[in-house]
Amino acid sequence: MSTSTIAAPAGAWQLDKVHSSVAFQVPYLAGAFNGSFREFDGTLDLADERAAVTGTARVASVDVKDDNLSAHLQSPDFFDAEGYPELSFSSDRIALDGESVRVDGEITIKGVTRAIEATGAAHGPVANLQGNDSLRLQLTTTVDRTDFGVSWNAELPGGGKALSDEVTILAELYFVKEA
Amino acid sequence: MKVLAISGSLRRESHNTALLRAAAARTPAGVELELWDGLKAVPPYDEDDDPSSERTAAETAPAAVTALRSAIAGADAVLFSTPEYNHSVPGALKNALDWVSRPVATSPLRNKPVAVVGASTGIFGAVWAQAELRKVLGSLGARVLDRELPVGQAATRVAAGGDFTDGEVLAQLDGVVEELVMAVDARRESAAAAGGVRAAA
Repeated sequence: MSTSTIAAPAGAWQLDKVHSSVAFQVPYLAGAFNGSFREFDGTLDLADERAAVTGTARVASVDVKDDNLSAHLQSPDFFDAEGYPELSFSSDRIALDGESVRVDGEITIKGVTRAIEATGAAHGPVANLQGNDSLRLQLTTTVDRTDFGVSWNAELPGGGKALSDEVTILAELYFVKEA
Repeated sequence: MKVLAISGSLRRESHNTALLRAAAARTPAGVELELWDGLKAVPPYDEDDDPSSERTAAETAPAAVTALRSAIAGADAVLFSTPEYNHSVPGALKNALDWVSRPVATSPLRNKPVAVVGASTGIFGAVWAQAELRKVLGSLGARVLDRELPVGQAATRVAAGGDFTDGEVLAQLDGVVEELVMAVDARRESAAAAGGVRAAA
């Protein structure tokens, strides 16, 4: 993969949280649980030869379509919101090939930090209505939740487990460079 | 530090209650273990009687349920001792937990360090009931210790008055209480650290 840094104005970019999302998907039986975090934050710093991205999400803001499930996700069976209130991610290794992007970084879940590779697309920069440059990163990675101690499961009556260990994390990050 | 002890057996001469009595008599310095004896008074769970439900006009929970909730809320940790009925948790104990679990977001057991021990007159020491109870406690958000204490052939390990005298059982019981105390300390330290971070931010 031929790589380059992001061709956009250097400096600190602000995350537009309204147009961003941090979500996850876990296969469950024949379907999947989809969830997201309402509260998250992120930074993007661009320099001539270097780009760095960081992000955090508050576990207590986990949003799924069932209150009981949300409460269970925050408990020690899953994320343990009380003991580990935030998930975090950081990388200063961002490689571009056209619109394809690969980000090598570290993710921390439940106090455990692991190296991950996220891939996706980078769009922009495009000037928004205020004339500020905007940039969109769509990133996806897959982690084994048991590596982070997020190990709850249930045996199925016919054998096997109810919930997959593999979790897909999807981050849609929309950054704006204020003039 | 206060530990609430809940026996899953209602029997007057219960080995499980005796196990908790033994724990209460042997707590380390600074730890008070209070035996809760209100289990028999908890009525069968009925959503029509549960004021936390949106589907009922009930305004107050049954008194025994309120008492259990406040006993748990007032304790730093809970130690359960369960017998095994048909390879599982006795209905009365499960029923009490079903009451306390609702609504799950505000259950007093949420994040509470809990441990499970158990005794039986057979050789297996209620080991399956303990596993099922740990599963139930985990699902309602408690901080469940990942260990068990199956006290098998309990009748042979107690003295004439019914108190546990078996040194091995008592030593293992001490280990469980010690780990429970450590879990409470860890939770406090974690809360203090989180508070420190917030204060510095």
